[in-house]
Amino acid sequence: MRLIDSLRFARAAAFGTPLRTTLLILSMAIGVAAVVMLTALGDGARRFVMGEFSAIGSNLVIVLPGRSETRGFNPANLVTSTPRDLTVEDAAVLLRVPGVVRIAPLIIGTSEINASGHLREAMLVGTNTDFIAVRHLKLALGRPLARDELGHGSAEVVLGALIREEIFGSESPLGKTVRIGDRRLRVVGVLAAGGQGMGMTTDELLIVPVATAQAMFNTNTLFRILIEARSREQIGQVKTRVLKMITQRHDGEEDVTVITQDAVLQTFDKILRVLTLGVFGIAVISLAVAGILVMNVMLVSVTQRTSEIGLLKALGARAATIRNTFLLEAGLLSLLGACAGLGFGHLGAALLRHFYPSFPAYPPDWAVLAGFVTALATGLVFGVMPANRAARMDAVQALSNR
Amino acid sequence: MSLIELADIARTFQLGDSTVQALRSISLNIATGEYVAIMGPSGSGKSTLLNLLGLLDRPDAGTYRLEGRDVTTLSPEEQARVRSERIGFVFQSFHLVPRLTAHDNIELPMVLAGIAPVERKRRVQQALEEYGLTERARHRPDQLSGGQRQRVAIARATVMHPAVILADEPTGNLDRTTGEEVVRLLEGLNAEGVTLVMVTHDQVLGGRARRQLSMEDGAIVHDSALPG
Ligand SMILES: Nc1ncnc2c1ncn2[C@@H]1O[C@H](COP(=O)(O)OP(=O)(O)OP(=O)(O)O)[C@@H](O)[C@H]1O
Ligand SMILES: [Mg+2]
Repeated sequence: MRLIDSLRFARAAAFGTPLRTTLLILSMAIGVAAVVMLTALGDGARRFVMGEFSAIGSNLVIVLPGRSETRGFNPANLVTSTPRDLTVEDAAVLLRVPGVVRIAPLIIGTSEINASGHLREAMLVGTNTDFIAVRHLKLALGRPLARDELGHGSAEVVLGALIREEIFGSESPLGKTVRIGDRRLRVVGVLAAGGQGMGMTTDELLIVPVATAQAMFNTNTLFRILIEARSREQIGQVKTRVLKMITQRHDGEEDVTVITQDAVLQTFDKILRVLTLGVFGIAVISLAVAGILVMNVMLVSVTQRTSEIGLLKALGARAATIRNTFLLEAGLLSLLGACAGLGFGHLGAALLRHFYPSFPAYPPDWAVLAGFVTALATGLVFGVMPANRAARMDAVQALSNR
Repeated sequence: MSLIELADIARTFQLGDSTVQALRSISLNIATGEYVAIMGPSGSGKSTLLNLLGLLDRPDAGTYRLEGRDVTTLSPEEQARVRSERIGFVFQSFHLVPRLTAHDNIELPMVLAGIAPVERKRRVQQALEEYGLTERARHRPDQLSGGQRQRVAIARATVMHPAVILADEPTGNLDRTTGEEVVRLLEGLNAEGVTLVMVTHDQVLGGRARRQLSMEDGAIVHDSALPG
């Protein structure tokens, strides 16, 4: 039998029972679509986190109070308690470490802002003039906080774009006074809209001098110190030197953790790749289920077409010919299912991207290819048994079956 | 020369504990171009014999020579080839593929044999004309009458130009006039030189054959070609 004729015969056989065929194709398609969608979600999450971490600045080394048990980065470090204060003085001396370009100490809390009859809660960041440069933020109006060498804390504030709009509308806030907590501060700048990073928007931020924030929250300790290294190559050295310097200042006790943006990026990258692989595995199981369905449908088909198989034998079809037509049919159905699944999956991922534009839900190529190949392979593998059953059928008995 | 030579053919079926002797020591020669009717009561082994002749079944004992060649020892592949090229079947229940048109049903044996599409087309057209089915070429079996279905089946049995046509009660599902029409078609083929072996319950139809075999309990009890 010629290949083209086998294909035509298999196609006619497959579409002789449209409902069953459609259901089978659909189940295969759902499996493949699940692979595409889930890996798009997984890899999208990875890209999203990567993007967020890159957005917080470049060549960053971050000091946080509290010692980590393991020396590498550990997500738990982000929420450790504070055994010894990390102070503004600690931050100031770090500027002398070779390879350091800028530093920004950080205190974070919430506070109320009150001005021209508006009252609202906002995230307050106590830091210095370099924060904006370290974090790669942009100003829409005015200037950053004044340089405060002595650490007295000036009565200045830089507003997030949304806060400025809510309180001042289109009016310029520069030079105006706002009330934050029980203090009166002068607005010196406004951040550009749309700043992102570390899972928060900068649009609702209030930036004040670190000393001012310390006084407001009545605390001495810093939440973080952000350090910008001169180049990527120097990150490692800066990290070691910073740790040494602070340990020295803290009476030889290593009670801070220094992490690098690079390490964080790599760790998240690894975690989220494994996650993607995991959801891929789960989706592939649904493909195996679809494969069992293929076997079931093909077995029913063989049973229903028993007398046809007998006839084919009477007409001189070889066992191999009969096996091949049934295998081709299973392959054809799987192929259609896989193609439909790719279509659905890509459509789903595109819809996700449409509704959540900030979430880059692109399925990785390897997952698309592997999903497609797995679908075809399971279809064929599970088609072998029914096809062999058809090929081995006894001609006389098959013919007498009606 | 004999087209078909059977020597001491036996076929038994195992049904649970009991064995059924469907054929007992059948010896039979059929020459090229003969027209043979096989008759006998139900269960006497007529279909079993025809299936053996068509290489759909294997005997438990004895030898079967087709065109001088021992075909009982052939591999399944080789037997399939012989079926494809030398044997045409016509069944009581037509056995058309329901999803295929009359045209495609007639073409099927040639498709299976891997014959080139151009040649297939020519032969199907010719067969459709010969059997008066040109108008029905695009119809599926469920859109055809019983007589038309059997004509499609006969056309299908002949497109490969077989040496012998084996027909198992080809008129069993047809009324008298349609049945006679079908038998006339088969006789026409026989007149062109094709050997025809037909199983029938109908004494009148069977009587039209030049040679009659009567079977009883797995044995040939009467052969009109033999004296006595
Ligand atoms: N596959 C089988 N298994 C068991 N016994 C069988 C099988 N096929 C045929 N037989 C038995 O062999 C005997 C002959 O059967 P066969 O079909 O050849 O009879 P027949 O002459 O064609 O009858 P009918 O006129 O009813 O078609 C019967 O007793 C039947 O029961
Ligand atoms: Mg019978």
